[in-house]
Amino acid sequence: MTVLGVNLRSWEALGTILVLVVMVVLLFAGPQIFDLFTLFKVTLFVAMAILALSMGFIWGYGGILCFGQSAFYGLGAYTYAIAVGNIGESTGPFFLAIIVPAAFAALLGYFMFYGRLSDVYLAVVTLAVTLILYNFMRSTAGEEYAIGAQRLMGFNGISSIQPINWPGDGNAMLFPDEIFHLSMGCLILCYAGLKLLNRSYFGRVAVAIRENELRAELLGYDVRLHKLQTFTIGGGMAGLAGCLGVNFNSFVNPDVFALNFAAEIIMWTLIGGLGTLVGPVIGCIGLLMLKFEIGQQQITNTYLIFGGIIMVFVLAVPAGLLPTARQLADRFLPGLGLGGAEVESRREAAQ
Amino acid sequence: MDTAALLIIEVLNGIASLALACAGLAIIFGMMRVINFAHGEFMMLGAYTTVVCTKTLGINIWISMLIISPIIVGIIGIIVERTFIRFFYGRMIDTLIATWGLSLLLIGIVTAIFGNIIEGVSAPMGSFEVGVYNVSQYRMVLIGIVILLFIGVFMVLTRTKLGLIARGTMQNPAQASVLGISTQRVYMVTFAVGAALTGLAGGLLAPISQVIPTAGAAYVAQTFITVITGGTGAVTGTLVASGVFGTVRQLLSYEFTPVLGGVGLLIVAVVMLRLLPQGITGKIFRRSL
Repeated sequence: MTVLGVNLRSWEALGTILVLVVMVVLLFAGPQIFDLFTLFKVTLFVAMAILALSMGFIWGYGGILCFGQSAFYGLGAYTYAIAVGNIGESTGPFFLAIIVPAAFAALLGYFMFYGRLSDVYLAVVTLAVTLILYNFMRSTAGEEYAIGAQRLMGFNGISSIQPINWPGDGNAMLFPDEIFHLSMGCLILCYAGLKLLNRSYFGRVAVAIRENELRAELLGYDVRLHKLQTFTIGGGMAGLAGCLGVNFNSFVNPDVFALNFAAEIIMWTLIGGLGTLVGPVIGCIGLLMLKFEIGQQQITNTYLIFGGIIMVFVLAVPAGLLPTARQLADRFLPGLGLGGAEVESRREAAQ
Repeated sequence: MDTAALLIIEVLNGIASLALACAGLAIIFGMMRVINFAHGEFMMLGAYTTVVCTKTLGINIWISMLIISPIIVGIIGIIVERTFIRFFYGRMIDTLIATWGLSLLLIGIVTAIFGNIIEGVSAPMGSFEVGVYNVSQYRMVLIGIVILLFIGVFMVLTRTKLGLIARGTMQNPAQASVLGISTQRVYMVTFAVGAALTGLAGGLLAPISQVIPTAGAAYVAQTFITVITGGTGAVTGTLVASGVFGTVRQLLSYEFTPVLGGVGLLIVAVVMLRLLPQGITGKIFRRSL
C-alpha cells in the first residue's frame, strides 16, 4: 500500500508516523506530565531539536558540512532579543529571527557555493564566520554598541529578554506551558515540512547532488543554486530555534557562537545518525540529558565522564544510533521486510 | 625606528608561535587526514609536562621543553593511536567526534590531577633593549627554534628513507603495503611524531602563555584554519598560511586591539579560501610538500 509514493511497509513511513504521533502526544500532554522545572528543560530540548533538525537536513540530505550552524542559531537569538527590546511586541521579532539568519545564510552561501568551496574548506569558512561573530559579540560591552534602544552587552549577554506574547498584544506574554506548546508546534511543523520537502522534486535533487555532485551537474541541475536554497532553509530553521531557545531563560550571551557549541551540533548529528532527520534529534536530546545528569553529580568532573562516554560510544556504535537500530531490527526481525540498507550508503557518501 | 624594529620582532614572533602550534597538526591532519580535535589538549599536556618537570622535579627548563615534553606527549600519542585512533582511519568525519571525546577526557584527567588552577613557568633568559623597549630574549630564541624545526621536518620528509616511506604510505596505502611496508606501523610512527611536535609546541609556548586544563581550546580553531588554508602541501602551506595570518594578527593587534587581530585573521582566512578554494598549495607552490 502506498500513500504519496511512500510504501507504508517501510522504515521511512513507519518511523515518520511514529515520530509524529509521539510529538503530537507530547504537545498536548507535556504540561500535564512534566513539572514546571522539567517543562522548562524540555522546552529548551525542543528548541535544540529544531536546530538538530536543521543540521540533519543540510548535512544529511544536502551534503553540506556546515561547522557553524550555531551561528544562525545565535543570530536568531540575538535578532529576537534586539528586535523585541526595541519594538516591545514579539510578533515582528519572531519572524525577523527567522528572516535575518536565513538572509545571512543566503549571503554566506552565495559566497561559498558560487565560489565552489567544498568539504573541509567550507567547514572552515563557516567555523571562521562563527568565531568572528563570537569575538565581535564579546567585545561589545561598551555603551556605544547598541542597536536602537537595546545594548549588546558584550560577554555578559543580554538578559531579561521579553518573552513571546500573543500576536498584537505586547502585555499578554505567553506562560511557560504556552511557550512549550509553541516550541513543540514549531518542531512538528519543521519535521513534517522537511519530510515533505525531502519527498518532493527539490529534495530528490538535493539527494542526487549529495550522492554525486559532478553527475548531478552534468545532468543539468544547478548545483550551486540548489545548495544555496538548502543552506538558506537550514539557516532560517536554526534562527527559529535560536528565537525559541532565548525564550527558555530570557537570556543570550556570545557563548552561542563558541567553538564548543558549534562542535556539539555536529556531534548530535553523528551520534544520532547522519542521513536521517530523527537521528540528530535523538542525538541532541540524548547528549543534552547526559550533560544535565553528569552536571548534577559531584563525584568526578564532568569532562572525564562525558569524554569517556563519547569515546566508548563512537567505538561501539560507529554508524550512529538510528542506523544501527535499523540494522539490528533488519537482522533480528527480517520477517517485517523493512528496508534499512540505504542509510549505510548515505554515511559512506558523506565521508 | 625603535617602534618599527619592535613591530617586526612582534610580527616574526606571531608567525613563529602560530607555525609552531600548527606543526603537529600539519602532520596529523595534513598528512594523515585525521581531524585531531584534541590537538589543543596535546599542547596542554606538553605545557603541563614542562611545568611539572621544571617546578616540581627541578629539571632544567630547556631539557624539559625540548626533550621531555615531546617524548611524553609522543608516548601518549602512541598509546592513543594504538588503542583508539587507528579504528577510525579513512573515516575523516568520524575522527572528529572520536578526538572530541578524547579532548574532553584529557581535560578531565588533567583537571582531576592538577585542579582547575592557572600554572606557569617563567621564561628563561633575560631581555635585551631595542631603543627604549625591552624585548625578551626567549622570544627571539623561539623564532630560531621554529625555523630549525621546520627545516628539520622538511628534511626528514624529503631527504630520508623514513620520510619517503611516510609520504608514500599517505599517498597510496595499498601500494605501499604491497611493496612490503607495514602501513599500520607507519601510521603509528607518523601520529606519534605529530603528537611529539605538538607536545614540543606546548612546552615551548608554556612560558609565554597560561597553563590551565582548558588552555587547548584557544588553539584548536586557529590552528585548523591555518593548516586547512595552507592546503595539501602540509609543510609549505602551513608555513605560508602562518606567515600571512601571523602578520595580519600582530599588525591589527598592535594598531587596534587583540580582539580585532583575531577577527582580522579569520576574515583573511575566509577571503583567502574564497580566492583559493583548494587552499594556498592547491594553486601556488603546487609541487611543494
